[in-house]
Amino acid sequence: MSTMIETKDLSFIYPAAEEGGRETVALRGVDVSIEKGSFVVVLGHNGSGKSTLAKTFNAVLLPGGGHVYVEGMDTLDEELLLAIRQRVGMVFQNPDNQIVANVVEEDVAFAPENLGVPSEEIRKRVDDALKAVGMSEFVTHAPHLLSGGQKQRIAIAGVIAMEPDCIVLDEATAMLDPIGRGEVLSTVHRLNREKGITVVLITHHMNEAEDADRVLVMDDGKVVMDGAPREVFTHVGELRSMGLTVPDTVALLYDLRQEGLNVPLTALTVDECADAVAAAIPTR
Amino acid sequence: MKEILQIEHLTHTYGAGTPFQRNAVEDLSFSVRDGEFLGIIGHTGSGKSTLIQHLNGLLKPTSGRVLLDGKDIWAEPKKIRSVRFRVGLVFQYPEYQLFEETVYKDIAFGPANMGKTGDELDRCVRSAARLVGLKDAALDKSPFELSGGQKRRVALAGVLAMEPEVLILDEPTAGLDPAGRENLMANIRDFHRNHGGTVILVSHSMDEIAQNVDRILVLKSSHILMQGTPKEVFARGKELLEAGLDVPQVTRVAMALRDRGLPIDPAVYTVADLEKELLALRKGGAVC
Repeated sequence: MSTMIETKDLSFIYPAAEEGGRETVALRGVDVSIEKGSFVVVLGHNGSGKSTLAKTFNAVLLPGGGHVYVEGMDTLDEELLLAIRQRVGMVFQNPDNQIVANVVEEDVAFAPENLGVPSEEIRKRVDDALKAVGMSEFVTHAPHLLSGGQKQRIAIAGVIAMEPDCIVLDEATAMLDPIGRGEVLSTVHRLNREKGITVVLITHHMNEAEDADRVLVMDDGKVVMDGAPREVFTHVGELRSMGLTVPDTVALLYDLRQEGLNVPLTALTVDECADAVAAAIPTR
Repeated sequence: MKEILQIEHLTHTYGAGTPFQRNAVEDLSFSVRDGEFLGIIGHTGSGKSTLIQHLNGLLKPTSGRVLLDGKDIWAEPKKIRSVRFRVGLVFQYPEYQLFEETVYKDIAFGPANMGKTGDELDRCVRSAARLVGLKDAALDKSPFELSGGQKRRVALAGVLAMEPEVLILDEPTAGLDPAGRENLMANIRDFHRNHGGTVILVSHSMDEIAQNVDRILVLKSSHILMQGTPKEVFARGKELLEAGLDVPQVTRVAMALRDRGLPIDPAVYTVADLEKELLALRKGGAVC
C-alpha cells in the first residue's frame, strides 16, 4: 500500500501568548505514516497535541522542525500548498463556523469554484458529493435550518466536492448529539469503504475508535500507542494514567480478569463482549 | 421532602398563528424535589431546551404554570428577575459568553447585579472559584488566556457565585476530554453535596446521567416518555432504544447477555454492578 501522509521527526511549538510568557511545545518528534485508504483514529486528552498534528496534515500549520509529506509532497514547499490542500480536506469541530453560503449547494460548490472547475463539472461534483453524504434532498435548503449532524455532513460534502484523497476530522463529532454523531460516523466510514478515501478522525469518544483500522494515542506531543483498536484498548492502566478512558466493555472485561475470570480484553464491541462473558460463565 | 419546582400542564407553542406553529413541549407535568439531582434526557428537538428555559422564566408558558417553592413564577411578572437569581441556568458552551477583562470580574458580574458589594461580593466570587477548582492566581488573568476546560469552569463559577437554589446545566461537558468531563462533573457533585443545592442536568451522555443523577426524566416529541430512578429507566432499555435514544454501554452488554440466556438483572447499568452480578453467577454455576 502506498503512503498518504508521512511525518518525519515533526515538532511544533506555539509561541508565548505574551512577552515573557511560556511557549508551548505541542509536538515532540512525531514519526508517523498513514497508509492510503486506511481509517485512523487519533485519541489523546486536551493538550496532547492531536489537533496540532492534524492541522499539519494539510499545511494549516507548518512544521516547526522536521517534515510532513502528503503523497510525497513536502508541506514546507509553498509552491505545493494548493496541491496539498486539494488532497487533504479538513472538517472542524463547530458546524456553524465552516459554512459560508446561504444555500446548501452553493456551500458545497465553494471549493470547486475556487479551484476553477468548469461549471457543468461543478454541478456534477456537488450532486455527487451531496449524494455521498446522504443530503441530496437538502440541495436548495438554507444551512442554518439544518441540525448539527446535517451541517457537518454538508461540511464533509464541501470537502468531497474537491475530490480529496484524505479527509481529516478534527473533533468533528464533539458538538453533536448521539444521532448527529452516528450520521457523521457512518458517512465517513462509507466514504472510506466505497471511495477508498483515507480518513483521519480525531476524537474524545473512545467508542468511535471501535471500527477503525488503526488507533494512534497521543500524549505530551508524542505518539505513545499505535495499533489496532482491539490491541490498543487492552492497555487499560496506561490509558487511564493518561487521563483517557476505555470503552465500558473493556473496563468490564478488565475487572473480571482481575477477579480471575478467563476473558479476553480484545472483545471490544457489545456483542463480542457478551459472547466472551457468556463463554466464561457456565449457564445451567 | 418538599418540592422546589412544580411544573403543571406546561405547553409552549413556537410560531403561533404561522404555518410553522409547533408545540415544543405539550402538557408536561412533573416536580423536582428540593436537593434532588435530576437528569433530563431526550434527543435534539424533544423539547429539553424549551423546558429548562421555562424553569427560570426565560420563556413564558403558552399555557400551564411553573411554581418555585409553591409560588407561580409569573404571578408578579416584574419580579421575574429574582427567580433568575434563585434558579441558575448554565447554557451549552457557556465559555462563549465570557466577556470581562479578568476572571474575577466575570464571576462577579452575576452577584454584583444581585446587589452584592464589598466583602460579601468577594466571598461569593472566591467561594465559587474554589468550588470549580480555580486557583487564586487565575482570578487576575483574562478569561481568554485560559484553556477551553478552564474557561468553562469560569462560566460555571459565574452562575454558582449567585448561590442559586437550583442549578440547571445544559450539556455541561460537551466537547471536553474524558479528564475534563470528570473534573467538571466532580465540581457539580460538590456543589450538590456540600451546598445542598438542587441540580438539573441535561445530557446526551447516558453514561454521565447514569453515574450522577437520582432520578431521570425522559422526553420524547414534546412529552414525558418515562421518569424514575436510573435503575427503573434503564431497565426499560429496549423501549429507550426504540425511541431512538441511547442507553449506557453496560446496559447494552447486560441486554446482550440476557439474550444469551444469562439471568442478568435488567436494571444493571454500571460496570461495578454488572461485574457483581456476573461474579455471583460464576459462584452459583460452580456449585451446580
